[in-house]
Amino acid sequence: MATLPDGRYVDDAPYSENENISAPERPDLDAPNWKLVWRRFRRHKLGLVSGLFLLCAYLMLPIAGFIAPYTPNERHADHLYAPPQGVHFFNDGKFIGPHVLPTTAKADLKNYRWTYTVDETRPMPLEFFCKRETYNLLGFIKTDRHLFCAPEGATLFLLGSDRLGRDVFSRILYGAQLSLTVGLIGITVSFILGIGFGSIAGYFGGKVDWAIQRSIEILRSLPELPLWLALSAAVPSHWGPVAVFFIISVILGILDWPGLARAVRSKFLSLREEEYVKAAEMMGASPTRVIRHHLLPNFSSHLIASAMLSIPAMILGETALSFLGLGLRAPAVSWGVMLNDAQNLAAIEIYPWTATPMLMIVLVVLAFNFLGDGLRDALDPYQH
Amino acid sequence: MIFLRYAAFRLLTMLLTLLLVSALVFMIINLPPGDYLSNQIDELRATGQTVSVAKAEFLRHEYALDRPIVEQYFIWIGVMPGPHGFSGLLQGDFGWSFEFDQPVADIVGQALWLTVLVNLAAVLFVYLVALPLGVIAAARSKTWVDYTSAFVGYLGLATPNFLLALILFYYGHRYLDLPIGGLMAPEFEGEPMSFAKMNSILIHLIIPTFVIGTSGAAAMMQRLRANMLDELSKPYVETARAKGVPPARLLAKYPLRVALNPFVADIGNLLPSMISGSVLVSVVLGLQTIGPALLTALKSQDQFLAGFILLFVALLTLIGTMISDVLLMLLDPRIRYGERK
Repeated sequence: MATLPDGRYVDDAPYSENENISAPERPDLDAPNWKLVWRRFRRHKLGLVSGLFLLCAYLMLPIAGFIAPYTPNERHADHLYAPPQGVHFFNDGKFIGPHVLPTTAKADLKNYRWTYTVDETRPMPLEFFCKRETYNLLGFIKTDRHLFCAPEGATLFLLGSDRLGRDVFSRILYGAQLSLTVGLIGITVSFILGIGFGSIAGYFGGKVDWAIQRSIEILRSLPELPLWLALSAAVPSHWGPVAVFFIISVILGILDWPGLARAVRSKFLSLREEEYVKAAEMMGASPTRVIRHHLLPNFSSHLIASAMLSIPAMILGETALSFLGLGLRAPAVSWGVMLNDAQNLAAIEIYPWTATPMLMIVLVVLAFNFLGDGLRDALDPYQH
Repeated sequence: MIFLRYAAFRLLTMLLTLLLVSALVFMIINLPPGDYLSNQIDELRATGQTVSVAKAEFLRHEYALDRPIVEQYFIWIGVMPGPHGFSGLLQGDFGWSFEFDQPVADIVGQALWLTVLVNLAAVLFVYLVALPLGVIAAARSKTWVDYTSAFVGYLGLATPNFLLALILFYYGHRYLDLPIGGLMAPEFEGEPMSFAKMNSILIHLIIPTFVIGTSGAAAMMQRLRANMLDELSKPYVETARAKGVPPARLLAKYPLRVALNPFVADIGNLLPSMISGSVLVSVVLGLQTIGPALLTALKSQDQFLAGFILLFVALLTLIGTMISDVLLMLLDPRIRYGERK
């Protein structure tokens, strides 16, 4: 770097008169689509952070039992409604490693609640890779190792405990397994139906199109929640939690597809007149082939973005249903089921930590929204 | 003339849709095996109360619950004579609620009006909030006004309605002394309408309106902002600016009018989601709308009550969509729904 007398900086590298600096660079032209998309997406900082957050959240699901210090339905009868406990590192000004302070409950008969006193004199170090209650790692490996847990005689309620003395933090981790996958199953159902009906309506047109259009209109004119309520009220109450969970996700998906079908249909209506579709048809490609290999790839990006934006609606739907007692029921653990406990004013006033699942819901829904926005911008080739 | 024909056509399609919806609703509430009375009969049999069984059997016959489902449906909507001649929805007979042991009309009577009132208030709230905020966010895009409104909007979209209700209730009562629960002070219940009652209802409406309207307002604001930004980048806006049209006039004269279209058309999407929200919020806040009654009815398979409420909710939505379609036609001369040449 050379400095001119007037203080400006000039690059020393030789300069060629013939170079066209506005021409795109060769590697840019050859870059595969996903690379270009990734480059654009990287610029959307909020979307990137959200994506990472969601990735971590979903990767955590299979090993939730390992991270959680307790199992979801483990009760601590002498620690009901215990407030959140911190992990401390220093005791009496000296570093003694991560430890917790034991608490003892006392019934406050005047205000009719539990009060907890912290014993600062007996710091108890946390244990790592310790053996406690058994759980299923990855859903099928029976094990009793936990990443960290409280030593004997102390408790570790990072986010407090609930009405029955169950650890809220552990329950949030276990609840995520159901609450976060509801959206995935629902969106799969919604995609299969939406793309199926949408492409049939758009590609064939005519009477089929008319019939599908009308049914979409009818489904869209019905308010979602009462319909969810009615459908989930129809789920037999003797079914196991897993079956109920599955059927609830399918219900959420069944009511979500019309919006997607409409988008697919309108896109197909314009795309089916393109030359390449005509060419494929004349070469004898079957409608299924034309739809799957020539039409759908055209807007798979749009589909991905819209999926990201409809997953949160399903997560909120599951929460609402469980909250009203028509979705998942205990002993299943989901964020909605947990909030069901916190649905009175007393809980919010006296035991605010029982409402922490709400914070998680807000975070996850926000993250999906930002990720969807970021993806939509990145995948749109016409926006620069 | 074209307009009247369109309105008539729209009304006709609405009625047809309503018919289909009624069939759908009836099918859904009959999905669980058995009905309220047959469940009761099973229970009575199990406890050995044979006298009551006879009574329940009699009731089953009385309300035609022992007939095939298709016949039940036709009797319910009133195109086929039941055990007592024609007495269905078309004749204004909404049926009997087994759970509350009252005619459905008596249970939902006042609740219907309050439901309409709550939803109307929420729609008004959405428009009053979303319109100015959306326009300001677009006109002052990439400033703190824009960012704050976007942030609040996202938060509004992401917070579950019922929790927002609980939280606002708590803080509203604590700091603003807003009343907790219900839609009017208890002493006005069942009283004829008076100024004081009106006042009480209005004060009780503040929080529900806010809760139900927030997510709708957030979504609409975002859409309006996006539309406005699209319009604002067009050459005619630049021309107007270059000619020295004052900013406020510039906004209101053309871009806003174009961006307003989806605003009206959107009511078709807005209404179903808001009515959904109002059902949930009513359950949480104990509002005397049809929400809590619907929940009880669905849980106990009280089919006439549940069916009527679901149908009413769908009717509200359909009317809203129809109004929005007709308004859209009045607002924008380019929109015509005829055959394409």
